[in-house]
Formats: sequence, structure tokens, C-alpha cells
Amino acid sequence: MSEHRVNLTINGRRHAATVEARMSLGDYLRDEAGYTGVHLGCEHGVCGACTVIVDDRAVRSCLILAVQADGAEVTTAEGLADSDGTLHPVQQVMREEHALQCGFCTPGIVMTLAALTGGQDKADEATLMNSLSGHICRCTGYQGIRRAARRLAAEPGT
Amino acid sequence: MKPAPFDYVAPTSVEEACKVLAEAGGGATVLAGGQTLMPLLNLRMSQPFVLVDINKIPELSGISRSENGIRIGAATRQCDALSNALLAAELPVLVEALRHVGHHQTRNRGTVGGSITLGEPAAEQPACAVALGASIEIASVRGRRSVAATEFYVGPFMTVLEPDELVTGITFPHWPSGHITLFRELAQRPGDFALVGMVGALALEGGSITRAGLGWFGMGGTPIRARAAEAALLGQALDSVNADAIAELALSECAPFDDHHASAEYRRTVGRRLFAKALREALTVREAA
Ligand SMILES: Cc1cc2nc3c(=O)[nH]c(=O)nc-3n(C[C@@H](O)[C@H](O)[C@H](O)COP(=O)(O)OP(=O)(O)OC[C@H]3O[C@@H](n4cnc5c(N)ncnc54)[C@H](O)[C@@H]3O)c2cc1C
Ligand code: FES
Ligand code: FES
Repeated sequence: MSEHRVNLTINGRRHAATVEARMSLGDYLRDEAGYTGVHLGCEHGVCGACTVIVDDRAVRSCLILAVQADGAEVTTAEGLADSDGTLHPVQQVMREEHALQCGFCTPGIVMTLAALTGGQDKADEATLMNSLSGHICRCTGYQGIRRAARRLAAEPGT
Repeated sequence: MKPAPFDYVAPTSVEEACKVLAEAGGGATVLAGGQTLMPLLNLRMSQPFVLVDINKIPELSGISRSENGIRIGAATRQCDALSNALLAAELPVLVEALRHVGHHQTRNRGTVGGSITLGEPAAEQPACAVALGASIEIASVRGRRSVAATEFYVGPFMTVLEPDELVTGITFPHWPSGHITLFRELAQRPGDFALVGMVGALALEGGSITRAGLGWFGMGGTPIRARAAEAALLGQALDSVNADAIAELALSECAPFDDHHASAEYRRTVGRRLFAKALREALTVREAA
């Protein structure tokens, strides 16, 4: 069983730690670094609740080892809102469209939509809708989430 | 932490990776995108002594063209292949197939080579490799070899790969520009593994079919090449193809089984229609053009 030194940036802050090889990035973010916005559901890639952004791409944090994130830039749901509490456009739209109930699936969905709308070339509606297949929500029936995704595709500046 | 303890190494060259695999004497497992392996580790269905992470080997990623064909490095991410201009222009069916591999989030990490190596019988990419005549490049301390995709798969999740071997790339032969592509699958939800699927390519000269590559996924223990159906198409003019008869021939080469998603009979019934429909539609679109 090997242990490894990792250095990574989480929500703009630098972190250094020693991790066991078998520790997933999700477990590291939640249990070691304290970012409990990372929700672990199935831990085999199906539910999407654990989705975070690693180097600009939305990925399952349950399916990456912490050691593999050495040198990476990671964003979790905690890293989206401004320090004064102003919500990120994705959070704001999800709120307005009632895209959550219990909130378990929400951080994952927010991270996927943030990754796809945050960069230079914003994804189109088809891509955003398609990306939702990677998330399971047990509460909402998805319609609010779909409305939010549609608005994000349509509205400039979001 | 769910997996059993293991050591982790991240070699930076193929030679180094092969050396670790050889020295581990079967106790090592290659980690590519982890989209299948990590769940298996979490479920403790896989308990290797050492994980060999191949994500830091530059030689293993990238897509290039040579006179032999189009080579996709084993560790090329599915999302990168999906947005690759060369593939879009020359092997569009592969891009279409990739759209159905898991979800946006799993494609951001999963690799083409991981899917090819895993040999899930219902997976899209192994069926593309078998249908289009690809070959799989393999390296080990014993040297390098190349195996035709049709020879690579021996059963569900079983391939001819030895424990000390690493898949380094997949080479698809060239298909002439303007070839017809076929792809269709039925899955319970978008992103799920297919219950039944078919993939293929047809090359034309002067309005008749000069080359055919057709395959099934989810219709047996391995991806299946529909050779009798291919042979029957050769030399035929587009408007003389009897899609139902070709689908029937293709079906005769499958051995679908029952599982908790669908019965073998269901797969045969849906497979026959899906195959015929894909063929009919592709030919009609082309004739109209
Ligand atoms: C929710 C979900 C849905 C999915 N849906 C689909 C789907 O519809 N269709 C589909 O095809 N796949 C699907 N997958 C699986 C797909 O995402 C994986 O990417 C793929 O099966 C394995 O690729 P990987 O790079 O992640 O490989 P890994 O998980 O890293 O490896 C898979 C296996 O191959 C071995 N291996 C990998 N690369 C090499 C190599 N270069 N040399 C030797 N051995 C190697 C590993 O040791 C391991 O045994 C899904 C996965 C998830 C989580
Ligand atoms: S916890 Fe990672 S996908 Fe469900
Ligand atoms: S809001 Fe409860 S699971 Fe989606």
C-alpha cells in the first residue's frame, strides 16, 4: 500500500496532503479537505452527485484517485458563489427554476452545467440537455433542471 | 475508502509501464480512464497489488493519420476523440458511436483504449473496431505485436491480451471519402449500455457496393462481425439491396443471450428490425443525394 504526496488547488486555494493510493478524489475532497458540497452517492459512476470540475472538465470525483489529481485545479460547489454570497449564474438559474428539492444531486448538476457554460465556447442547448443524462435526481422529476439548462443555453452572460 | 489497498505507480513511458507489468507477474492492473476499473475496485471485484496509471505516458494519447490508416492512442480520452476533426472527416461512424458511450462526464475521463481493452460485449467502440477492420497494437517486455480486432475478443470481457501486455493504440484502416456509415442502438436510457446495436460502413464505386464492414454489439459474448451480410452486399447496386434479407443474414451470425435487461428472443426481434432499418435509411439517404 503506497502513500503519495499531492499538491492541488481547490477553489483557488492550494492544498498539500499525503494520501493513500486507494483514496478517491471524492473522499479526499469531502473527508480530508472538508468540501462537503461533494456528495458521494453510488461511488461507481452512475449517479453523478460527486461531479466536480478538474482542469476545466466535469468529471466523477468517485472515479479518480486523489493521487491522480496531483497538480490539478479542482472546483467544487463551494467555489462557485462570490465571497459576498452572490450566486453563480448556474446556481441562480437553478434556484429560480426550482431545479432542486432535497439537494443531494444538486452540486453535481451545478458543476456539470458550470463547466459547460463557464468557458470560452459555451455549449449549445443540445449539449447541455444531453449532459444531464449523467445525473440522477430522485426528487424533482427533472423538469426544473431542464428549464434551468435551457435558460443557460439561451441567455447571454450566464 | 472502498477499494482494498494497493500500490500506485505512474510510469511516463511505454517501456517503463511494460517493465512494471512484467515484474508484477499478473498482480498489476492498468488504470486508464478508470470509468470501469474504479467501480470494480470500489466493489472489490478487482483487487490488484499495484495499479499502473498510464495517463502520464505522452506516446499513448493522440490521433494521427498514416498510409496504414487512422491511429488512436490507447489513452486518448473519449471526449477528445469525439471532438477530433480528423475522425469527424474520415471515420464519422466512430464519432457517432462515441456519442453513445456513457455520459459527458464519463467521456471526459474514459479512454478509447480502455473501452477497447475491456471487451464489454454491449460496448460501442469494440464493435466499431471489429466491423471496420481495425487492429490493436500491443506492447510488452517481450516486444510489440498487432492483433486484428476480430481475433482480439474471445468472450465477455475476455481478450487475447496477456497480463503483462499493454494496449498502446488502435488503427482503423482508411475508408474512402464519401463512404456510407451506419449506426444504431437501443438502450434503456441515454448513456446506458445498449441492449442491441449495429455499426457499419459501406464503400461505393459507380453506384454499387465495393466494400462492406458490418458488426453487432450486445448480440453475443463478443462484438460480432456480420461477414455473411457483408459478402451478400458486395457488388450490389444501392437500389437493389433487400435490407430485410441482409438483416436476416446478419442475424444468423449472432448468438444473443438472456440477461436481466432483455431476453435473447427480444434481442433477435429488435436486432433484426434495427439492422434492416439502419441499412434501409442509410441507402435511401444516399440514393436521394
Ligand atoms: C455510468 C457509466 C455509463 C457507461 N456507459 C457506457 C456505454 O454506454 N458504453 C460503453 O462502451 N462504455 C460505457 N461505460 C464505460 C466507459 O465509460 C469506460 O470508459 C470504458 O469502459 C473503460 O475505459 P477507461 O479508460 O475508463 O478504462 P479503465 O476503467 O481504466 O480500464 C478498464 C479495463 O481495461 C484495462 N485497460 C485499460 N486500458 C488499458 C490498456 N491501454 N492496456 C491494457 N489494459 C488496459 C484496465 O486494466 C481495466 O481492466 C460507462 C461507464 C459509466 C461509469
Ligand atoms: S458518487 Fe460518483 S457518480 Fe455516484
Ligand atoms: S433534488 Fe433530491 S435528488 Fe435531486
